[in-house]
Amino acid sequence: MVQLLWLIPALPLAGFVILAPAGARLPRRLSAVIGVGTVGVSAALTAWIAAGFLHGLPDHPAYSRVVWSWLAVGGLKVGISFYLDALTLTMMLVITGVGFFIHLYAAEYMAEDEGFSRFFAYMNLFVCAMLILVMADNLLLLYLGWEGVGLCSYLLIGFWYADPANGYAARKAFVVTRVGDTAMAVGLFLLFDRLGTLQIQDLMIRAQGAWTVGAFLPTIAALLLLGGAVGKSAQLPLQTWLPDAMAGPTPVSALIHAATMVTAGVYLIARTHVLFTLAPAVMTVVAVVGAATLVLAGFSALTQKDIKRVLAYSTISQIGYMFLALGVGAWAAAVFHFMIHAFFKALLFLGAGAVIQAMSEEHDMFKMGGLRREMPLTFWTFLIGSASLAALPLVTSGFYSKDLIIWQAFASVQGGIGLWAAALAGAFLTSLYTFRMVFLTFYGPTRTPVAKQPGQGMNIAMVVLAVLSLCAGFLEIPNTLGGGVHLFSGFIQNALPTTVLAVSREAYEGLFEWISGGTALLGVAIIYVLILRVPDFTAALAGSPTGKVLHRYWFGGWGFDALYDRILVRPYVFLARIDKDDIIDSFFDLMSWFGGLAHRVLSTTQNGRMRTYAAGLAIGAAVVVGMAVLL
Amino acid sequence: MITVPTSHALFLAGVLFLLGLMGVIVRRNIIFILLGLEIMLNASGLAFIAAGFHWGRPDGQIMFLFILAMAAAEVSVGLALVLQLYHRIHTLDADQADKMRG
Repeated sequence: MVQLLWLIPALPLAGFVILAPAGARLPRRLSAVIGVGTVGVSAALTAWIAAGFLHGLPDHPAYSRVVWSWLAVGGLKVGISFYLDALTLTMMLVITGVGFFIHLYAAEYMAEDEGFSRFFAYMNLFVCAMLILVMADNLLLLYLGWEGVGLCSYLLIGFWYADPANGYAARKAFVVTRVGDTAMAVGLFLLFDRLGTLQIQDLMIRAQGAWTVGAFLPTIAALLLLGGAVGKSAQLPLQTWLPDAMAGPTPVSALIHAATMVTAGVYLIARTHVLFTLAPAVMTVVAVVGAATLVLAGFSALTQKDIKRVLAYSTISQIGYMFLALGVGAWAAAVFHFMIHAFFKALLFLGAGAVIQAMSEEHDMFKMGGLRREMPLTFWTFLIGSASLAALPLVTSGFYSKDLIIWQAFASVQGGIGLWAAALAGAFLTSLYTFRMVFLTFYGPTRTPVAKQPGQGMNIAMVVLAVLSLCAGFLEIPNTLGGGVHLFSGFIQNALPTTVLAVSREAYEGLFEWISGGTALLGVAIIYVLILRVPDFTAALAGSPTGKVLHRYWFGGWGFDALYDRILVRPYVFLARIDKDDIIDSFFDLMSWFGGLAHRVLSTTQNGRMRTYAAGLAIGAAVVVGMAVLL
Repeated sequence: MITVPTSHALFLAGVLFLLGLMGVIVRRNIIFILLGLEIMLNASGLAFIAAGFHWGRPDGQIMFLFILAMAAAEVSVGLALVLQLYHRIHTLDADQADKMRG
């Protein structure tokens, strides 16, 4: 079974290798078959391996497999080697499973696009890199996947490169995440220097042996890794790139900027959880960053006009929940929410894509409306996704995953009432902005006629994800509801420790579920009144002086872009401008001048006259013979 | 029998070779360039003969036969090229065929 593990990332890589050079010459159908098929076969293989893995539990909670030796320098030996446990398997199932349906959707969504096979080449490369990231058994290979997904993210955000704005968004995403990646690289150097290995499992054991809880070094190492996670997962203070990343095609937003890549930070923290438990201060930082991000992004999502930007801020906010869960040691809840979020957020992006195509590339929700009647299937699946995102009680998966986090933010020994309040405020904001989006897009009067209905492939992808958004939550039902089901946390316990709940708080579980469930419903009711019943009052509220200021701040993501522009971008540009002709530049100018000179001199010798060449040959031969004789 | 010293024969071969080379470099008429090449070939052939005689071995004469055959082939190909060249640029001046200057 695990012998075939290497095939799972290798198949999408093969798709990339075929499509990248030959893509434009292949017929579109063949490109689609290669692009979608490789991911599909990977998904099937992953499912087969998952079945084998479940069969081997609990005797074999982890497998590792060395495929190749990558490099061996001094004490550093790095292999292309994979590690399979419950956490990796969950990630792999989401990446290949959700990835396959998004590819299927994209085969139709992008059908008219000029860069059709280029798109699938990049998407396949992304799936390969993401799989390497989660399957790596050492941090260097993980870093390879980490940078690989960053590269694919850059390529796909700037996919429509003819528009300079898209290129700018791609560069922004690349540079901002690079800030975090640099911190992470420094963290890897520190870990290797102090502990002498990059094998994750060895590293965790050695860290436990060498360091005490709360010591200086594990704190620094965990902080540096957190830097990488914060950059990749678009958390405060490096969240600014994700809303702009919506410049890419919608399937890209669904796969990379909602379901998989942006949760790499969550994976990294969960994977190195031992290190983080050695640094309780950093755990608190993780929880606070998550809580702050989820609230701030929630406010921003509430004011956006562009349907995809709402979803982008919502993604930042939901990943904030995952960070909050990680920070309070609710590992299983974080991974569970990652999985459920991948289902419903991918679904919402796919639905948004269908709507955007129907509106002839219109992103503004205020120009949509009334689509409930025109696109019933899209409406119903989108509604299911939204209900799951807003965590409407009992029927949606989002309820089970998100309320688990909200509850454990309070009940965990590291949790507290402050974190719980932030999470609850976030849940309220979530149901506000989610149903604002639904009501603006699908209710009210029709403002733009429907130009194009989604086809078969798109519908299949949306329906499958909608079913998952409804049903996947039943893997984990709290004790207060009919005795409880703990299939998921039982499964993930093979890789991650269980959450320690404070004994004094356990009794309140039922009450807290009532509160969070009620909050979600209250949010829907309030936004229903505000958008559909009293739109004039809402407009007046937004138009008041205070409302205007708040709206401006929230709409612009709390002014982070302007702040970074002022304190980082402008000083840098200024320095670059005044430093244009320094001595280093002169050195390179001199080199280019010398190159030009040599070119002019040598090109005069190429005068095309055979006699000159013959003379040159004769002189050269004479010199060589002369040297041989004389020396 | 008076034998010619090997050094004399080699000296003659060297002079002939240099004369041929001068012809190749100095003359502009392509026919004369070919003639110069022919003289150079025969100079090297003479050097082979002299060397073969000096060592008392037949190798030098065999090499000369090879050179003869090669020279015949070279002249036939060379003259065909000259015809083509004349057909294209209507002159025998080799310097006019300088289209490949850098």
